[in-house]
Amino acid sequence: MTRELLKGNVAIAEAAVRAGLDAYFGYPITPQTELLEYLSQRMTDLGRVFLQAESEVAAINMVYGAAATGARVMTSSSSPGFSLMQEGMSYIAGSELPCVIVDVMRGGPGLGNIHPSQGDYFQVTRSAGHGDFHPIVLAPATVQEAVDFVTLAFDLADQYRHMVLIAADGQVGQMMEPAELPPMRDRNRPEPDYALTGAAGRERRVVHSLHMQADEEEAFNLKLQKKLKQIKKTEQRSIEYFTEDAELLVIGYGTAGRIAYTAVEAARERGIKVGLLRPQTLWPFPVQRISELADRASGCLVVEMNAGQMLEDVRLAIGGQIPVKFYGRMGGVVPMPDEILTAIEENYSRLQILV
Amino acid sequence: MQKEFLFAGFGGQGVMFAGQLLAYAAMEEGLEVTWIPSYGPEMRGGTAHCFVVISDKPIGSPVTRHPKVAVAFNLPSFTKYEPVVAAGGLLAVNASLVEPITSRTDITQLRVPATQIADEVGDLRLANVVMLGAVLTAYQALPLDALRRALEKHTPEHRRNLLNLNYQALARGAELAAGMVQSA
Repeated sequence: MTRELLKGNVAIAEAAVRAGLDAYFGYPITPQTELLEYLSQRMTDLGRVFLQAESEVAAINMVYGAAATGARVMTSSSSPGFSLMQEGMSYIAGSELPCVIVDVMRGGPGLGNIHPSQGDYFQVTRSAGHGDFHPIVLAPATVQEAVDFVTLAFDLADQYRHMVLIAADGQVGQMMEPAELPPMRDRNRPEPDYALTGAAGRERRVVHSLHMQADEEEAFNLKLQKKLKQIKKTEQRSIEYFTEDAELLVIGYGTAGRIAYTAVEAARERGIKVGLLRPQTLWPFPVQRISELADRASGCLVVEMNAGQMLEDVRLAIGGQIPVKFYGRMGGVVPMPDEILTAIEENYSRLQILV
Repeated sequence: MQKEFLFAGFGGQGVMFAGQLLAYAAMEEGLEVTWIPSYGPEMRGGTAHCFVVISDKPIGSPVTRHPKVAVAFNLPSFTKYEPVVAAGGLLAVNASLVEPITSRTDITQLRVPATQIADEVGDLRLANVVMLGAVLTAYQALPLDALRRALEKHTPEHRRNLLNLNYQALARGAELAAGMVQSA
């Protein structure tokens, strides 16, 4: 195994190259820029397409166009730039095209700042664009996981003809960690049956998101919902630590999740029966596993770098079975392990009184 | 075993590279490591810092409130981070640029005239490597040889002419710290 010390943004970029990325379109924004910077050289060296667009709006529409030709495409941005892409993302969802979009989240709302944040949770899971759809959303906590999720993202995108978002945060993007990259994949693959490649000698194909008749649009929506239902059933992913006998279940994803791990480890050393579940897919949310663990635990603590967004999904999953509390920091502030440890201790002692 | 290091100084003093070098050396030794920089406008001239965590187990948080080692390359960094070093930890200071001496009695202070030594070795830019040599001698997180190997492997092509000077800088820092530790 060869481990390399890689910055998250660069690791995501190289993993995409190795997963068979044909074309990248993007626009620079901190804390994501190294991803684009790296690809500007690497894609050009390999004779593949790299294009710095004039704006995020242009970039996402280039992704739309390239995906329609059957190419493996990606774009990346950070929160304010991601907001600009929402119209295009909805068109892509409405056209059922595969693509990978990376959001290296930063403090907001508005221009906010460039520090790590998870303030886009609602946006990536609920409102990546208008209309009824959810993207598949993967949330890496380490550089290795970022690498692995890129490969997974392209595979899921192709499998479901659906967009896959990688919701990282400034810390995952900027941090360097040892990681192992996958081997280079062969980019030759059969032409997808929707690909617009010129209709000479074959029947015409149409890629669009326009259905003027309401019943046709509803029929499309029913088809889309059926696909999303299948994704919900088969693609929930999460990872667990110390959950076997946990009375208090901590739930956190990405950077908040890995910092919570340090706090949970410290709490265990103090004899507190606490465990951690770290969702790896934010959509579909790992409802099934959380619901199972809630049957055994007496309380839950959600940790996020926002005002409490995944909190709502946890409450939906747990459905009032046990109390669900929250600890969060906002605006680009990354919580320290000792803050989360204090929140664990407070909530745990409250549970002991209840028991 | 988890060891946390904070490197802080002016943009241009090689603070980020010092942390990266330590991270590469830790990886050379087969350890887990995280390196996380400040990446704001301070990269263009203000006070920049980076955090390195080294462990023999998977690393959760790559940041901590009270690092075991803080390395201050300039006065603003000394002022900011002197109070946060963990009790029993090490505060390494570039004595060429930082006059004040810590009043804390629960930490070890290592005063290294790093800029002056770097100048004597032949290049002011080597102050970061002088500091690393001193820090790893006073606080033995990794063998110095791992750092030499990291330098050998990860010095960029256009700086390889400075490789021997880097080894000298590392040795001078280590020598100085060894003397201080002995006399303490």
